[in-house]
Amino acid sequence: MAEAAVQQSTTDARLASLTLPTGGWSEVARKQAEARLRKMGLPERRDEYWRYTRPETLTQAIAVPAALFNNDETPIFGEIDRLSIVFVDGVFDAEASDDLSLEGVSIERLANATSDLHWARDLYGTLEEKGQTPVPRPLAALNTAYATDGILIHVTGKISKPISLQYFHQSETSDAILHHVIRVDAGAEVTLLENGPAAARFNKVMEVDIADTGVFHHVRAQGRDHERRAATHIFARLGAESTFKSFTLTANGVMTRNECVIELTGDDAIAHVAGACVGDGDFHHDDTVFVTHDAVNCESRQVFKKVLRNGATGVFQGKILVQPGAQKTDGYQISQSLLLDDDSQFLAKPELEIYADDVACSHGSTSGAIDEGALFYLRSRGIPEGPATDLLTLAFLAEAVEEIENEDLREEITGRLAAWLERHRS
Amino acid sequence: MLSIKNLHVKLEEEDKEILKGVDLEIEAGKVHAIMGPNGSGKSTLSYVLSGKDGYEVTEGTATLEGEDVLEMEPEERAAAGLFLAFQYPVEIPGVGNMTFLRTAVNAQRKARGEEEMSAADFLKLIRARAKDLKIDADMLKRPVNVGFSGGEKKRNEIMQMAMLEPKMCILDETDSGLDVDAMKLVAEGVNALRNAGRGFLVITHYQRLLDHIKPDYVHIMADGKIVKTGGPELALEVENNGYGDILAEVA
Ligand SMILES: Nc1ncnc2c1ncn2[C@@H]1O[C@H](COP(=O)(O)OP(=O)(O)OP(=O)(O)O)[C@@H](O)[C@H]1O
Ligand SMILES: [Mg+2]
Repeated sequence: MAEAAVQQSTTDARLASLTLPTGGWSEVARKQAEARLRKMGLPERRDEYWRYTRPETLTQAIAVPAALFNNDETPIFGEIDRLSIVFVDGVFDAEASDDLSLEGVSIERLANATSDLHWARDLYGTLEEKGQTPVPRPLAALNTAYATDGILIHVTGKISKPISLQYFHQSETSDAILHHVIRVDAGAEVTLLENGPAAARFNKVMEVDIADTGVFHHVRAQGRDHERRAATHIFARLGAESTFKSFTLTANGVMTRNECVIELTGDDAIAHVAGACVGDGDFHHDDTVFVTHDAVNCESRQVFKKVLRNGATGVFQGKILVQPGAQKTDGYQISQSLLLDDDSQFLAKPELEIYADDVACSHGSTSGAIDEGALFYLRSRGIPEGPATDLLTLAFLAEAVEEIENEDLREEITGRLAAWLERHRS
Repeated sequence: MLSIKNLHVKLEEEDKEILKGVDLEIEAGKVHAIMGPNGSGKSTLSYVLSGKDGYEVTEGTATLEGEDVLEMEPEERAAAGLFLAFQYPVEIPGVGNMTFLRTAVNAQRKARGEEEMSAADFLKLIRARAKDLKIDADMLKRPVNVGFSGGEKKRNEIMQMAMLEPKMCILDETDSGLDVDAMKLVAEGVNALRNAGRGFLVITHYQRLLDHIKPDYVHIMADGKIVKTGGPELALEVENNGYGDILAEVA
């Protein structure tokens, strides 16, 4: 079969397994997204943007079942005072969720899109559509078209506690598609937490529109279920003097592709996106980031650290695009992996594309092993090999974790990483 | 305390013998100094005793209070009471000095079946030790040895020694890179730890350190062997005449 025909059949088969939701204000956007998707087709193995990650299990009609992962550990963020919103296998759980009313924010479900929400209607699918150029992201278009639910968050003030999306995986065959839309008004501020595996296969899009001076913090911990698969996208648009900071912890998961597409459209904005991932064995983790500077004096940072062992694979594709006129851009990108054995691999494609002359951009990508000299030094002071290796590994991850501003959240993430490392010693 | 008998060591990677039969007996309460030309094997001896990779013991033994140290992992040697102040202390980005030391103190206690030191007790102790060595609070918080000056690194080694209270202390050129005042501080730190139950092996090139830390014995190492042993006067002889005469005499 010719390549185009293969792609056509993959897309057809996938769409045949789905039903396009109808009615309500999102209907038009969904139809447009479906047309967009049909035009570009789902990703194929040969697509340049999927060079290091095989898309099949993310695009095939029926999700590969994923065993449930039972452990007695208390779920992350459990000690944090938060407004909790629960999805089980992609289905909203009203009983387990908190009351959605909180001062300074209005929260609605996408599935209730019958009530007319002008701000959400104007936003739904638009950042995703914008993010399709210059590189197509078909799984995100599929999401806009077929999402069964999601949360619409309109932040109008400074929120007293984080809004927390908790995902639970209870069916081995669940295949969830959720689409969240967040709008942060001028001067408003919110912290969004996400945790849990969501489903056997999870397709999630989050569109974040931050008005001038708005502040958005995001800390996510992807579920520890070993066999789960996830394709996630964040599309963020930043107004002048606004702040976007997103951190992701990934421990386990047979397949994860996290894309983050950020557009700095107002002067003096700040965007940081960071990730720490730890993988042991059958683990494939892909961070794909695209940051566009389209305003003056903006700062962007991409900080990604990966710890890989027993044949785990890490991928990083990161780009900084500086548009003409985006002077005084300060762009930083670092992607590093710590390979704890010879079987694991890290594939990186860092890119800079700059059309302005007064900018400072740097990028670096490295792949290394534990520093034997440092390890011996620690051991010579009485710290056994396991804990000494963990200390050095946590030190390696620290630059990414330090991107989390809130100290409690930072400690929570560090604690989880330390516990994971302790469980996964050689 | 530390008993080294006919120790032969070669490099693991190549067929090169570095230590060619070292004999050394260090009693509790005594300070032994080792001097010797560059490349004679002094650091190698200290590394082999503390368990660094890359060396192979082909003959001989080394025991600490009767226990075979060569069979132990580096951390076991530390818990058994062996401490090496490195000639080149290692920088460890991302690991705070305090976290590092607290982990070390408690790991050793745990290995010996003792109770962990509480955070408050640890803090009190480290503040006192740091003050003795004029190490400021900022240095304690910084990553281990990162951005420390040569002298600061050496003082940090001695502070670690003071915190860990080992039985057998090996100091590898702790005086190099120290200014006169820092040398005094370090010597005071060492002297404060001198007691009847503790042995010291001080590797140095200069008599100056030995003015402050008075050794009971001085050994000369050359080409992987101890070639001469004497009292403090031997260090003076080296200082005045170099190694030429001594080496000629034993050749
Ligand atoms: N890992 C190694 N690889 C290669 N050569 C080594 C290694 N370790 C030690 N050597 C060699 O062994 C010899 C002894 O080195 P060592 O560092 O023990 O000397 P030293 O007496 O401490 O010298 P210095 O006074 O200069 O510190 C040197 O010739 C050195 O080059
Ligand atoms: Mg030496």
